[in-house]
Amino acid sequence: MSIEGQTIHRETFVVNLGPQHPATHGVLRIKLTMDGEYIDDAEPVIGYGHRMHEKMGENRTYAKFLPNTARMDYVAAMFNTHGYVCAVERLAGITVPERAEYIRVVTAELNRLASHLLWAGAFLIDLGGFTPLLYTFDDREHILDLLESVTGARLTFCYYRFGGVCNDVDDQFVAGTREFIARLRSRMPMYHALITKNIIFRKRCEGIGIIPAETCRRYGATGPVVRGSGIAYDVRKAEPYSAYPQLNFNIPVYPEADCMARYLVRMDEMMESMRIIEQALDLMQPGPVMAEKVPKMLKPPKGDCYFNVESARGSFGVRAISDGTDKAYRLKLRSPCFSNMSLFQECSRGMLLADALALLGSLDLVIPDMDR
Amino acid sequence: MTIQDLTTRLGEIAQGGATPPVTPTEGQPAAPVAPVLETDHAKRGTDLDVTVQPDRIQDAARIMDQGGYTLEAITGVDWIADKQYEVVYDFTSFASGKRVAVRTRVPRDIPALPSIHAIFPGANWHERETHDFFGIKFSGHPQLTPLLLPEDATFHPLRKDFGT
Repeated sequence: MSIEGQTIHRETFVVNLGPQHPATHGVLRIKLTMDGEYIDDAEPVIGYGHRMHEKMGENRTYAKFLPNTARMDYVAAMFNTHGYVCAVERLAGITVPERAEYIRVVTAELNRLASHLLWAGAFLIDLGGFTPLLYTFDDREHILDLLESVTGARLTFCYYRFGGVCNDVDDQFVAGTREFIARLRSRMPMYHALITKNIIFRKRCEGIGIIPAETCRRYGATGPVVRGSGIAYDVRKAEPYSAYPQLNFNIPVYPEADCMARYLVRMDEMMESMRIIEQALDLMQPGPVMAEKVPKMLKPPKGDCYFNVESARGSFGVRAISDGTDKAYRLKLRSPCFSNMSLFQECSRGMLLADALALLGSLDLVIPDMDR
Repeated sequence: MTIQDLTTRLGEIAQGGATPPVTPTEGQPAAPVAPVLETDHAKRGTDLDVTVQPDRIQDAARIMDQGGYTLEAITGVDWIADKQYEVVYDFTSFASGKRVAVRTRVPRDIPALPSIHAIFPGANWHERETHDFFGIKFSGHPQLTPLLLPEDATFHPLRKDFGT
């Protein structure tokens, strides 16, 4: 009888996942200690895309930092700009006209749709299904065209300004948006038939990658990750901002805490975003889109404030500290991906590597947002 | 735990938490800071603003944990004129949406305070990030190595005297 047969023989080995790997969607490295096919330890090594945006926030004026915000989470750039302008507006005591608030909601929710569509396509690629990406990118293309017509950019939007937005939307945008919503709504059953009901997809997601609600809380996870773990937390409801208090929408919550739950949360969220956009377009009245008397060189009074928005990935927060000059004394950018990723090491322990990649995909990470 | 309960419980540990700058700006006595301050959410983005001594930060974190709060961010601030670093812990509640900021200040020449990673494991990365940017040492942290900066980085870019 061999020695191996008598003693419990256990040998681990180290595998490097990334920093260049299709499943990491960016420059992320994970140092895996494997016990056969199972993960013993998965230590994320981040920072490859670090650009020190917070320092840049300190050495340029408030307005000059605006384009930076779109370069953190470039998949959902509107939300970063939204959080930043709202924090500075809170600091400087600027009130935004009602029409501008509705425009912000419409463009932000369009961006959320684009982000979730991109995620759905990319997530399916992670799981080995190529086809859905072609459909989701088709729909996403319509959103990018709409947003380009009003913001001038397709990805790195710099559309919001302190006190409003830089450009009013026209009738063509409004009509085009309504047309697109009708189209996307009619295609949702197709997505459910193509993805949700697919048996291979279900086998890869159901019961896989459980993140208990308590783990979410201890790690500070937010967004679809917590809503897929049964916690009805959404900044749009918890700390209502912009025009959201006037709008009627639900927070989709699934208690299963697995990859499937996070997928379903995002699919339902797309339906809610469409409702929000339609209501906002109905309620939008003609009027100014910029507050009057916002100085060109903004010098908020001395102070310290925090502002959170619900980005496509969770709670994006900005802590802005002013010393009364034209530059921020300190600008903290709280990225949702950073906290969502930090729970991966604990949750992936003991999982099959292939399943851990499903978990990684279901967190919806944008690495430059995490690294800032 | 309601904001009133938190005010009471944090008030107990915040006694003496009012930290006037060690060396006030010349000619100007440091403004007294109320240790526990209820703030207007619409103006400040927080409902409660608490100042504690660095050695009470674990107690504060424990109270926030018992209150069901989650740690959202840790922010360092370099108050170079006061010769101090400020560390702001932002907590929020999934249940009530209330937001609490817990602040503490450490001297700039011995920047050290206890780690809260054992209470909130999410603090692990936030503390590493704060260590990267400011060189603030979180004692008891299991792995205080560069997270976002290169692995051999010896500089702390958010210090106000960096690169000038």
